Amino acid sequence: MGKSVSAQFQTLQDRQGCALIPFITAGDPDLSTTAEALRALDRAGADLIELGVPYSDPLADGPVIQAAATRALERGVTLDAVLALITEIAPELSAPIVLFTYYNPILNRGIEQFLHDIHRAGVRGLVVPDLPLEEMDVLLKPAAEIGIEVTLLVAPTTPKERIVAIAQQCQGFIYLVSVTGVTGMRQQIGNRVQDLLQELRSVTDKPIGVGFGVSSPEQATQLKTWGADGVIVGSAFVKRLAPGGDTVGGIAEVENFCQQLRTALN
Amino acid sequence: MTVTPLSSSVSPQLTAVEVRPDKLGRFGRFGGKYVPETLMPALTELEEAFYTYRNEAEFQAELNGLLKDYVGRANPLYFAERLTDYYARPDGSGPQIYLKREDLNHTGAHKINNALGQVLLAKRMGKKRIIAETGAGQHGVATATVCARFGIDCVIYMGVHDMERQALNVFRMRLMGATVQPVSAGTGTLKDATSEAIRDWVTNVENTHYILGSVAGPHPYPMIVREFHAIIGQETRAQCQEKWGGLPDILLACVGGGSNAMGLFHEFINEPSVRMIGIEASGEGISTGKHAATLTAGRVGVLHGAMSFLLQDSDGQVIEPHSISAGLDYPGVGPEHSYLKEIGRADYYGVTDQEALDAFQLLSQREGIIPALETAHAFAYLEKLCPQLEANPRIVINCSGRGDKDVQTVAKVLKFDA
Repeated sequence: MGKSVSAQFQTLQDRQGCALIPFITAGDPDLSTTAEALRALDRAGADLIELGVPYSDPLADGPVIQAAATRALERGVTLDAVLALITEIAPELSAPIVLFTYYNPILNRGIEQFLHDIHRAGVRGLVVPDLPLEEMDVLLKPAAEIGIEVTLLVAPTTPKERIVAIAQQCQGFIYLVSVTGVTGMRQQIGNRVQDLLQELRSVTDKPIGVGFGVSSPEQATQLKTWGADGVIVGSAFVKRLAPGGDTVGGIAEVENFCQQLRTALN
Repeated sequence: MTVTPLSSSVSPQLTAVEVRPDKLGRFGRFGGKYVPETLMPALTELEEAFYTYRNEAEFQAELNGLLKDYVGRANPLYFAERLTDYYARPDGSGPQIYLKREDLNHTGAHKINNALGQVLLAKRMGKKRIIAETGAGQHGVATATVCARFGIDCVIYMGVHDMERQALNVFRMRLMGATVQPVSAGTGTLKDATSEAIRDWVTNVENTHYILGSVAGPHPYPMIVREFHAIIGQETRAQCQEKWGGLPDILLACVGGGSNAMGLFHEFINEPSVRMIGIEASGEGISTGKHAATLTAGRVGVLHGAMSFLLQDSDGQVIEPHSISAGLDYPGVGPEHSYLKEIGRADYYGVTDQEALDAFQLLSQREGIIPALETAHAFAYLEKLCPQLEANPRIVINCSGRGDKDVQTVAKVLKFDA
């Protein structure tokens, strides 16, 4: 099994790099394209890859990722199919895979069973956007025992004392949500993110990844300058893979865009 | 016979108000706050505002004054003589049927109780914008109404399918100045509208209050919405006392998310002699898979911020429900109902679209009261319930809404000439 999420961040920090973390939705437009996209992202310099499990009611997602999830589910993509894909592809990748899933599919399988299954498939980290700190206890301990690092989210609305508590519980890296809102491409990253990064940095040594709304190399550079340890780019990738164009073009575009982001972060 | 209330065996510790919910917002294993981090501070703020204001004299005075003069409370507890006759035994004995007339409230349903309470909270929290989800449109109309009354910007999320079948309510909302935002995701019904309202709230949480319309969603909503509807049960208790000097024997209400049922039940949960029955929508029948009978056929899961029973597939994906009634067409249910079912304090059954349509007509013809299709589900269960009962128990049905909004849908199904 490859590197853990925190080991990957450690390697990067040793050479003062900023992690590039692309997100794609598993199964959109289909699972074989997802497999190709994972390889392409890895080739193009992704440090970690966030893979979204399609869910029927993705409350934290904007229209792009929501539509991708709906299409994947319409094609009959299941959690087992996603895990089979990871089992096949993860050994080829140098970037550890972080699974992004809403809580109900976890609960449905049973927390321990879910953690075992994703660990066996080769997943190294987990983000559950609708499981806040108060509800997180049931997941953190078994995940730590099994060897899955659980990332918690900090939002622009999170008060200081809560930031401290979240940072303490967080494993792998802290996910700083850059906007008050759902996922999706934004034209600009607000200056407030700089303050949020500083505030978070003042209470933790853990790596900080910034996501939601990041969609261009310029924004990635900006975040690195402001002190982010990682930059998460989702909708901008998902959009490039969405059906409408030909799939090969989609993969090539994804690889090209990933390289641009990589260059911007070097 | 099923006359004996199951409730007599429920420990008072399980029904104490302190555990409904507990400090974490849980009703047993149900409830909680399963929402994106962005919303957590807003939920805390709302909970604090609720505790600060609800017993404050000025808030109470404003709310009670409006409930009386604007909503028209107290509404009557009406003895349905011809409906009672209809279900009487050959010897003339049988259950005595009373209707709690929430349909007589301003805007035509119970929903205004909660909308009014929450808009007063929002005003005190300094929120400049109100959003809400709606299925049948009754909660949307109630929210648009109170926003017009207080001059607050209002956006209502409504599924495109529901906008079609509840066109009258769409017009009413727009007439009162609300923006009705169509939601085409999923089946374009209440679940999808709720998800979209939550996304709006995540984005605009700093200046916006979300008036959730049922006893569903993350804590503190199930508690707050119940408390603002608790007046239904409180009035009922007083009216029963006045009419016959005692308690009702059976409470009957329809359950989608479950707000009108909780409003009626809450006052009586610690009265073990009072049997409580909630009626869900079985749609075209449970076995067809086209239904909204969450408590009957669901499994425990998380939707819209709360753990509760949920209609979901084997992979934990939420199933699109079906009901002829837009207000019951929801795959989840309020967490307190899941709790009351689990501890055995309330019973839940389903009735089909057809049974609801029959009851819709029966009540219209025998009492001159056209109920909402949601409400008709509660009435439909009398067909099964009455033959099981002994003696002359007093049944209080929450007549939660009026059916003006549904006449076109029903005319279409019954092939009446419009």
